[in-house]
Amino acid sequence: MKLLGLLMVSTLAAFAAGETVLIQNADIYPMSSAPIKGGSLLIQDGKIIEVGAKISAPKGATVLEGKGLRVYPGWIDSGTQLGLEEIGSIRETNDTGELGDFMPQLKALSAVNPDSEHFGVVRVNGITSAIALPGSGGGRGGGGGQIIAGQAALLHTDGWTWEEMEINRSAAMVLNFPASAGRGGRGIPAEFADMFPNAAGGADARRAVLDQIAKLNEFFDDARKYKIAKAANLPDFQKDLRFEAMLPVLDGKVPLAVNASRAAAIHDAIAWADRQNVKIVIMQPRDLIKAGPELKAKNIPVILGRVLALPDSEDAEYDEGYTQPLDAYKAGVKFALGTFTNEFVRDLPYQAATAVAYGLPHDEAMKALTINPAQIWGAGDLIGSLEKGKLADLMVVDGDPMDVRTQIRHLFIKGKEITLSNKQIRLYERYMSRQ
Amino acid sequence: MKKLILGTLLALAPICAETIVIQNATVMTEGSKGIFKGSVVVKDGKISEVGEKVMVPAGATVIDAGGEYLIPGIIDCHSHIAGSGGINEGSVSVSSMVNIKDIINPDDIAIYRALAGGVTTANILHGSANSIGGQTLPLKMRWGKSAEELVFAGATPGIKFALGENPKRSGNPQGGRGAIGAIQLGRYPATRMGVEDVIREAFNDAKAYKAEWDAYDAKVAKGEHPIAPRTDLKLQALKEVLENKRYVHVHCYRADEILMMIRAADDNGFHVRTFQHVLEGYKVAKEIAEHGAGASTFSDWWAYKIEAIDAIPFNAAIMTKKGVVVSLNSDDAELMRHLNTEAGKAMKYGGMSETEALAMVTINPAKQLGIDKTVGSIEVGKDADLVLYDGFPMSDFAKVQKVWIDGTQYFDREKAISQQATKEAEKQQLMDKEKAAQRPMSNRRPNQ
Repeated sequence: MKLLGLLMVSTLAAFAAGETVLIQNADIYPMSSAPIKGGSLLIQDGKIIEVGAKISAPKGATVLEGKGLRVYPGWIDSGTQLGLEEIGSIRETNDTGELGDFMPQLKALSAVNPDSEHFGVVRVNGITSAIALPGSGGGRGGGGGQIIAGQAALLHTDGWTWEEMEINRSAAMVLNFPASAGRGGRGIPAEFADMFPNAAGGADARRAVLDQIAKLNEFFDDARKYKIAKAANLPDFQKDLRFEAMLPVLDGKVPLAVNASRAAAIHDAIAWADRQNVKIVIMQPRDLIKAGPELKAKNIPVILGRVLALPDSEDAEYDEGYTQPLDAYKAGVKFALGTFTNEFVRDLPYQAATAVAYGLPHDEAMKALTINPAQIWGAGDLIGSLEKGKLADLMVVDGDPMDVRTQIRHLFIKGKEITLSNKQIRLYERYMSRQ
Repeated sequence: MKKLILGTLLALAPICAETIVIQNATVMTEGSKGIFKGSVVVKDGKISEVGEKVMVPAGATVIDAGGEYLIPGIIDCHSHIAGSGGINEGSVSVSSMVNIKDIINPDDIAIYRALAGGVTTANILHGSANSIGGQTLPLKMRWGKSAEELVFAGATPGIKFALGENPKRSGNPQGGRGAIGAIQLGRYPATRMGVEDVIREAFNDAKAYKAEWDAYDAKVAKGEHPIAPRTDLKLQALKEVLENKRYVHVHCYRADEILMMIRAADDNGFHVRTFQHVLEGYKVAKEIAEHGAGASTFSDWWAYKIEAIDAIPFNAAIMTKKGVVVSLNSDDAELMRHLNTEAGKAMKYGGMSETEALAMVTINPAKQLGIDKTVGSIEVGKDADLVLYDGFPMSDFAKVQKVWIDGTQYFDREKAISQQATKEAEKQQLMDKEKAAQRPMSNRRPNQ
């Protein structure tokens, strides 16, 4: 009932986009600098105009009293299928896994359904932006098993169209790096490879991986030839959409989001990226104690998968998943978190809190959901912190935002106050009223 | 008889539980003492004293839990861990003759992991491939003990029913997805209509079977010597349901099928003990409450299949407010490890109190499984199944420090950490040994 009342109040108080809003007397946690107790933050035309101890309200500004409340930047989930997948088990609602081995021209962004119920559900928990990944989730949608799966989009979780939701339509190129025993690089040890040729990691499987790597190299070679041909502006030059999409990758403008789980696969991917001279981000690594030093040395960021995950093997420590972020932090590797399944996106802050329980400093957990992913995905100047000039993606909350007991009181995306309602809250209200 | 033998075995087992005093803890009892700061005394495996100030018995081990929280052992009302091989006898529409008890694997690492997540009791269920599935039972997470020693002594056994997508999937002419286990193409039923029919047909048979046995028993009671009817293992389990000796746990999602199940049970004279998952339970909370069934749901899972599309995280709160005894379960070896924070979400979604929320993973599932006289709360005389957290137990910032079952400590985080190096060394030794033994194999040629 308390929540209901709260929701109605915030619905009434919702401000239109473009309006000027001053949040005052709130504790402000900018992430990029020290917290400001009892500070103010001014929003205008979708942006943060000023952050400081005391800002006087401009004429016509709506004043939001923040006494006892805190202000944080909105959360960023660095691995989702938001907008691309509605119901996990129903193929017709999935647009993640396309056919074809090398498909860099595919764009997640334009397949995003802005009216997906998932956006409303994750929004009210403070997720203001997310990476939508093509080719994830086991290739649901029909295809899958691709090597280059297409362009991941960084998007806002609110907007009338996917165009309005866009932050960076080509935040990364998704690469499933060929690794023995499937993409993750698990499987039987090398010394048993001949005994079980067909098993994961067996001799035949290993040969298949080498074939795939050869194909991958060939594709990059062809893309480079294309670049030269294009630059030469020859009369018989023909535009090729696949290679065209590779140009920003070759130029180091778009990183490859490389799925690699085990240390060996991560090492192989790094060595390969070195040879190809491309920028990479490692997705869902598991062996950070082993892989950490190399990642740190090469300055390669990682997107950790769910913290609340079972250990990889029966004899691994029970808290292996819980300590992954701590391992990354200790190794000095820059990291962000992703949930990699739509129904877990709203639990992103609680996943991070679990990492804090198992040793990760609180501030580092906060960064992994805000400024780190913004920087990793090429939007460090737009989102991820409460700084002058950035987009006003922020939440006003009544406690520690990673604590499950904390309620969000106000939520802004691009300076527009979001009504804290969704399909689930509407069903709640409707069925609470059933006599 | 079997139960009696088992009981004797347990009674003969050495009582390794010592006398323990856990003091200075914030104790969330889920019992009459509410939440207080103080001590809990454990003696002979039971809780012997609870209070702000207690006398420390001579020779007792004293644990200073200053700043920490003590809660009753977590009870998971829906789990599939500790099963050896498949838990889904999906080849027939009614598999009430099979029993999870026969396939308990006490070495399943999921038991230890659940324990490290504060779970002390779990209801181990058959899968959901058929309308009427196999027999089920609760286990205590006594890691290291034998299969028989895991069994929750004296607990009423159960049986799994399933409605909706999973049981009808086997009847889909295009076949089902692999995840659900053994799938036979074209096996009845293929619709929710058929699911209802399978249940009603089975109880039609079970009632006739019971009548035969009741007539026989009546004659025996009169001193006559009739010929006994043939025992039917499939119907025997359903006869026990009709006699209220076996609890019915129904896997379900949609409101229509929940209501159908209630009416089918009413018409056949039995009760549904718990609705499991029951994601649309909030739509028919009134009918569930009237039937007297419990509801065991997820905190916030949704959208993974079409029948989970109207799932809402307020489900537990609505059903509780409408008078249903609600628990939160895992159905999953990973989620099972943090049911405490699943309960925490009920504080966020629907504004439940700390006590109400924690009840959903302690005393409420105990009530649903009929074991609340012995577990589920911290009260004198109950089993000393306790979990110590280093912070508010329903926040993700807290972690499990120690877990006791029957007064015996089964998990200690400090020990788990201090033993890591030794375990790693032992593992390395074993791997080296295995490699040394296996190496010549890899040099063999197929014809050798």
